[in-house]
Amino acid sequence: MSTGHSSADAEAAARLISFGMRPKLLPGRDVVYGELVRRYGEDSSFKQLTHAVAAGLGLMVLEVGTQAGAVLAATDESIFEIKMDSYARQSKIRERRDTEKVLHGLIHLATAALGYPRPDDLANDTYIGRVSVEQVDGVVREACRILDERAAASAGNNDPLADAPELEQAWRAYARRPAAAATKDGRLASDTTRGMVARALRFLAEQGFLVPVSGEQGGTYRTTPRYQVQVRELAADAAFDELLSLGVVSVPGGDGTLRTTSSTL
Amino acid sequence: MRDDDLTLAADPDEGLARRLKALACTAPLHDLDARKAKLDWADATVYQMAEIGLHTIDQVTIAMDFDTGADHQQVVGRLLPFIAAQAPRRGTAEHTRVARWVLDNLINVGTTDRGFRRVYGSVDADGRYRRRAFDFKLLVELAAPTGEVYLRATDEAINVLVGALDTDVESAQIAAEVKLENLINRGRLADAKLAAEQARYRTVQYGETLRAKLEATRRDVRSVDWEREVPELLDAALSHIESRFRAETAILRNITAARDEAEDPDRKRRAAELVDIVADCIRRHTQLQSRLQAAGAVFRAEQDRQQFSGPPQRAAIDLFGQLLTPALELPLADALAPTQAFFHAATGISVPTVPSLPSLVSLLLRPAPEREQLVGEVPEPELLPAEQTDSYSDEQWRLADELLTLPEVPRRLSGLLAEARQADPGAVRLVALRALHAYGPEVSAAVRQGERQVLLAFDDGTPLDDPDFGGADLLLMSATIEHGEDTADEEVA
Repeated sequence: MSTGHSSADAEAAARLISFGMRPKLLPGRDVVYGELVRRYGEDSSFKQLTHAVAAGLGLMVLEVGTQAGAVLAATDESIFEIKMDSYARQSKIRERRDTEKVLHGLIHLATAALGYPRPDDLANDTYIGRVSVEQVDGVVREACRILDERAAASAGNNDPLADAPELEQAWRAYARRPAAAATKDGRLASDTTRGMVARALRFLAEQGFLVPVSGEQGGTYRTTPRYQVQVRELAADAAFDELLSLGVVSVPGGDGTLRTTSSTL
Repeated sequence: MRDDDLTLAADPDEGLARRLKALACTAPLHDLDARKAKLDWADATVYQMAEIGLHTIDQVTIAMDFDTGADHQQVVGRLLPFIAAQAPRRGTAEHTRVARWVLDNLINVGTTDRGFRRVYGSVDADGRYRRRAFDFKLLVELAAPTGEVYLRATDEAINVLVGALDTDVESAQIAAEVKLENLINRGRLADAKLAAEQARYRTVQYGETLRAKLEATRRDVRSVDWEREVPELLDAALSHIESRFRAETAILRNITAARDEAEDPDRKRRAAELVDIVADCIRRHTQLQSRLQAAGAVFRAEQDRQQFSGPPQRAAIDLFGQLLTPALELPLADALAPTQAFFHAATGISVPTVPSLPSLVSLLLRPAPEREQLVGEVPEPELLPAEQTDSYSDEQWRLADELLTLPEVPRRLSGLLAEARQADPGAVRLVALRALHAYGPEVSAAVRQGERQVLLAFDDGTPLDDPDFGGADLLLMSATIEHGEDTADEEVA
């Protein structure tokens, strides 16, 4: 199988990947792109060649489809990798920086959780989710409130220890952070949770994962098929594996936990 | 490891922790008065900051209703008469500044979390004393649907304000009612006003509880117990409103009559105030009632909206239940790995940009963006005072001073070190450091500072024989500085 690739094939494979690097470009809008996506689906040797070119660049091909286009992910230490350190660049104190990173990570997690509230939504290729700044912040705060109630109901003092800030539970750090704060020029302060959510959603929109719909609720967006692929094929598993390794295992069930009632109707 | 006596003495006492927390809530108010003298923009000692602080919380609480509260400007505006009464001679600009200062401090602007933290101790189940952190806020800023930021008082603040309000809301309400009627009948209008105001705070708190429940329902119907808890709350609130309506209408009739009949203008004015307050209470009840009536509809609408779901088609992870909730429950240190993993995988790739020469030129020529427009407020770092700044005790410094005062005969460093080691092993390093410093003495600085003498060190090539230090065995000597002349009389060792 490894024989028979011409340099034209290699160029085509590389071009498909370069299309994948422009997240807002869709196969449906570009004839060449659409043709390459079709070829990827039909020609298995071209598929392998594309994977090989991507691997050489430090990329992984998550999926190539007519809806999502070529969805790529960076391998570890690849130049295409997005570092959390550069994303959460605003904090100065080391401890604070870790907290900041966790908060940013939680916000991205909540964005995906709100975009795909049920496991079914994540699996269903035609599902389009909607998220807004207000909702994402609300979802996390609500989860924090429930955890707070649970902590209050349980016996014993659950207040965080003063001399071990790193042992404080993540939800406390989130709940403590103000949702909004007035600034002199009336903008959203960047270190509030809403400011951070707004930033995350803008960032995801730039990456072609969300599309702005309106300015309601602090900014409303809809999800793209690309985001679904990214979350389903990679991100959810990556985070899940980390949680598994920490021993925080939850039994997978068909029903989502963000659902209202059992699906008897 | 456990000491029996200690365990007995340190019996876990929840009441103690609760009282410590209540005490902590008042600390920011005391803090205002403690810091007012340090303000550089005005002599703020004439202002009673704690009073202004309480008044601020009052104003914010009164302005709170179901949807929004007061914004900063409104609160400042309402504070001004109160502040002006404290220092009538100062200008409005200063009064405004004081109001802003108090407001900012109650929000705790400048810290990242905009809240307060007090450390308190408690004894855990094992009988060990642990220091725990109690985080609380007095005023919080929230974003209204329009995007504006408004203020709300927290439960802690309301508790500080009216004291021990953390009791059964309803029984406290009835007690206040009876008290109010009594007071009015006996003509004690000042007390009646106080009671009416307290009743209004309770009403606000009732509304808050309901608002929180409804908001939670909007996000996730199942997070709120609509089978028992909420219907009970609604029933209680409705029957409560019913009785309040009756009572308040009666009171209103009473005091309106008192107002109209009163001869004394002061009493007339106070009765009029009371009429306003009670009227406001009634308005709030009407509002609460309409919310209560709509609550059921909110629930049904949300249930319809949120329940729409089909069976899963293929196995996928439940992001909320399997990822978000467990991650939130983890300690911060552990939560880092899974959240990072998700972030890396979910944000896609960044394509490194390679600037071309033309774009580089225009990039360089572009005026620097104004930072103020881009980022919000720069948070002030919270600096903790260093715990121990002195490495050496006063005693050790005295010892070193004694050893290094050598007016007549120069001495070798080795001898001094040996002597210091005998007296206090901790001071040896200090002696060595000071000897080293004396090798390059700043004579001109010593002259400028008017020192009487300066320590000089000279290296004659003898190696130092010491268990801890190496280098040259310096010759040390104190040199006297003769003032009046510009030169120091250096005695060469």
